[in-house]
Amino acid sequence: MSGLQIKDVFREARLFTSRAVAIGLLMFVLAGLLLARLYYLQVIEYERYSTLSKNNRISLVPTPPVRGLIFDRNSVPLAQNVPSNTLEVVPDHVDDMDMLLDELGQLIQLSKSDLTLFRRNMKRHAGFKSIVLRSQLSDEEAGRFAVNSYRFKGVQLNARLERNYPLAESGVHVLGYVGRISQRDLEKIDENQYRGINFLGKLGIEAYYEDELRGKSGFEQVETNAHGRIVRTVSSTPSEPGKNLYLTIDSRLQAVTEKAMANRRGAVVAIEPSSGEVLAFASTPTYDPNPFVLGIDSESYALLRDSIDTPLLNRALRGRYAPGSTIKPFMGMNGLEFKRSPAKKTFCPGFFTLTKGGHRYRCWKHSGHGSMDMHDSIVQSCDVYFYDLARNLGIERMHDYLDGFGFGRKTGIDMNGESAALLPSRDWKRGARDEPWYPGETVIAGIGQGYMLVTPLQLASATSALANEGIRMKPHFLLAEQNPMDGEIRPVNLQAAQPRIINSDAIPIIQNAMIDVTSSARGTARRIGANSPYKIAAKTGTAQVIGIKQNEKYNEEEVALRHRDHALFIAYAPADNPRIAVAVIVENGGHGGSTAGPIARKVMDFYLLGKEPEA
Amino acid sequence: MSRSGSLGIDWILLSGLLTLSGISLFVLYSASDQNMDMLIRQSLRMGLAFVVMLFIARIKPEKLMRWTPWLYGIGLMLLVVVLAAGVIGKGAQRWIDLGLIRFQPSEMMKLAVPMMVAWVMVKQPMPARLGTVILGFIVVLVPTVLIIKQPDLGTSLLIAGSGIVVIFLAGMSWRLIAILAGLAAAAAPLAWYLLHDYQRQRIITLIDPWSDPLGSGYHTIQSAIAVGSGGLYGKGWLNGSQSQLDFIPERSTDFIFAVFSEEFGFIGSILLLLVYLFVVGRSLFIAMEAKESYTRLLCGSLAVTFAIYVFVNIGMVTGILPVVGVPLPLISYGGTSMVSLMAGFGILMSAHANRWFMH
Repeated sequence: MSGLQIKDVFREARLFTSRAVAIGLLMFVLAGLLLARLYYLQVIEYERYSTLSKNNRISLVPTPPVRGLIFDRNSVPLAQNVPSNTLEVVPDHVDDMDMLLDELGQLIQLSKSDLTLFRRNMKRHAGFKSIVLRSQLSDEEAGRFAVNSYRFKGVQLNARLERNYPLAESGVHVLGYVGRISQRDLEKIDENQYRGINFLGKLGIEAYYEDELRGKSGFEQVETNAHGRIVRTVSSTPSEPGKNLYLTIDSRLQAVTEKAMANRRGAVVAIEPSSGEVLAFASTPTYDPNPFVLGIDSESYALLRDSIDTPLLNRALRGRYAPGSTIKPFMGMNGLEFKRSPAKKTFCPGFFTLTKGGHRYRCWKHSGHGSMDMHDSIVQSCDVYFYDLARNLGIERMHDYLDGFGFGRKTGIDMNGESAALLPSRDWKRGARDEPWYPGETVIAGIGQGYMLVTPLQLASATSALANEGIRMKPHFLLAEQNPMDGEIRPVNLQAAQPRIINSDAIPIIQNAMIDVTSSARGTARRIGANSPYKIAAKTGTAQVIGIKQNEKYNEEEVALRHRDHALFIAYAPADNPRIAVAVIVENGGHGGSTAGPIARKVMDFYLLGKEPEA
Repeated sequence: MSRSGSLGIDWILLSGLLTLSGISLFVLYSASDQNMDMLIRQSLRMGLAFVVMLFIARIKPEKLMRWTPWLYGIGLMLLVVVLAAGVIGKGAQRWIDLGLIRFQPSEMMKLAVPMMVAWVMVKQPMPARLGTVILGFIVVLVPTVLIIKQPDLGTSLLIAGSGIVVIFLAGMSWRLIAILAGLAAAAAPLAWYLLHDYQRQRIITLIDPWSDPLGSGYHTIQSAIAVGSGGLYGKGWLNGSQSQLDFIPERSTDFIFAVFSEEFGFIGSILLLLVYLFVVGRSLFIAMEAKESYTRLLCGSLAVTFAIYVFVNIGMVTGILPVVGVPLPLISYGGTSMVSLMAGFGILMSAHANRWFMH
């Protein structure tokens, strides 16, 4: 056996050697190939490459595209590009930065925040990139610099287009803003698409439609002299401007809405029920996006970030609130869907118990409403009726039905960062809290309290579904696009209907009850409907504020204020031919009918009648 | 026992590796704008890689052979894990985060694949018959496909190469080689359709870099200018204008050869290629000396793979191969591939120390 093996071993060794030699030869060939290539580049073509390198005359300069403009539905500009003389510095070309800034400062006014921003950007970007030192130089300043420019190596005066939001605070939670491309952005974007571009959409429409708005960079082959200054352009590929966008927003309605909110915290969303077009989308307090474009200084930013009123929070999109009694029309539909007769009466003694002598769930009207059917219980917002309805339905049926109105899920609106809020169920509670569902939690869910949370956008979308005969249109912001090359405005069809969720017999019952909320003598919002030329269908809501953290910074009065109930109001009008559906939430506003209702009325009055609210 | 003392070091091979490391630090100093931080980090990585090499050099080849299927199996599993994590995380992933270090299973496969193919080949007497060859190709194919999916075409091709070299060294018949080469040539147009757009763009760029001078052609154009303007003697250390003025992207990593070649010229490039040939030649010699077939095949593959790396990188920098992310071994800045490379040299050292017939 060993004889055979030894023979094999020698044979294998010989075979290997022959193969290794073959591969060795191949490697010499490859090395020869590399040498030949190097010889070609470094010896034969040396002159050519040497010239290219020595003069490095021809360089390629990317030309940034013009960012697309944003308009409202009536062609009012919301985001535009304004020319600005900017002073830019390439740090690598500067020998003594401190001295340079010092001397420049004597020529042109450089504020403290200009300098801190510049130093911050200097740290964040590669040294060979030009960094803005100051923008919006006056013509006089620009002239003064131009005359003295020879003294400042590495500093250039450029005419740039700067993003500007003419309406400032109004609509910032829709538009968002652009900002300088940061180190973190660089990890997410394809740098090839951002050649020569220093800005990108950070938030809102600017971020969501970044690809449409950006456009395409071009480049120029330029000849430069020994000092690196451009002598002439050899050839150029022009950049392509981005698309102009037309939004569904009515900027005047938006302004009226924000003004109606006055100094209150909260959100208003108005939607056209038949299309899902968002007409107004307000979250207050608002803030001015313009300082964010060039980079906001850290003190101003800290002020916004740390304000207890959280202006940076987009409440309409991300705020999560208990719906309170505004859930009742939807609960009513839920009951009708499961064959509850609208005539069935429940007696309200002012409280409700699950078992005889058990815990008393109070009605807001402590003296009781007496005998209530579905219509009256919506009009007068009787809690006991809906406690009883919720117990009959059970949480699973409520979850599955309300899900159809879009509660507990994102509406899919064309904006990033939407919250799904929360539509509770047994499964959710087991998964999220590892606890069983208790019957009492079903009872309070019936009046929109407990775990259930909605965003103002969801509430407006669900309300517009009620107005639109049960068909929920996906809410959206984009109306049309304009290609600046041919100027043609093309509508963008983002309309999408969700499956109908309401049986058609049930809907007039609920709609009539909502009309009586504003028009009958006992309606909870009768003052809102008073002397209105058009019919309003509405529902008030009041949601308890829970879990506000005690904070030492608040004074006692303030704490009491921030424990007050949130005021809610949903409405659509005209009731017989709905053109607008509104959801209003006023944080700590107290009762929905008195605080949130008048705001909704002002919004509808302006939209339907063109009536400016009185100051 | 072995003549090289208890450390199991082949001083000849080591001198070649140390020369390359030294060159690396010199070029890197220039390529990084004289950044001492980068130099120190690179030295630390080199130190770590040499420790790994010395550690592996002490493992006897018999042990490596016994571990081979396990190593390969674990490697495959980790590749699947990385792929699954990538699918879940909705993005390409190549590594597993162990907190302190990121571990790339594909780096492990650079060794495990040739080891496993060698392990399969030596089960039957050589030259390898058709059945064994097919089995070998399956061993190569599975991890290759998994790595392509990451997606990392460059690495997967190099790993496939390292396995196929083993099959070739095991005596796969010339006729079969001719048939496969013919098939590959016939399938080339098909492969064009399977490539991603950006991969196709790289090949177009190779033929005509000026078709997109600011985009995909930029690397190729600028590095050709750098290499070409270096001329016969080079512009001198720290004097490469292309390199120093930021014209070459990734000049301390994948394109470091452009810096070297600009500053040290054609003569310098020849010398560098000679050092590489020296290391490859010595490695092949060690392979031929090895006492049994498994070690021989494995060492042969390691030597050839190292040579392929050098060829692919320099080919890419000088514009005869498309731009793929392959570093210049032992010279480019970066540590991920250095450790697996030096582990490979550890295996070669071990083979050298155990080269005599013991029984």
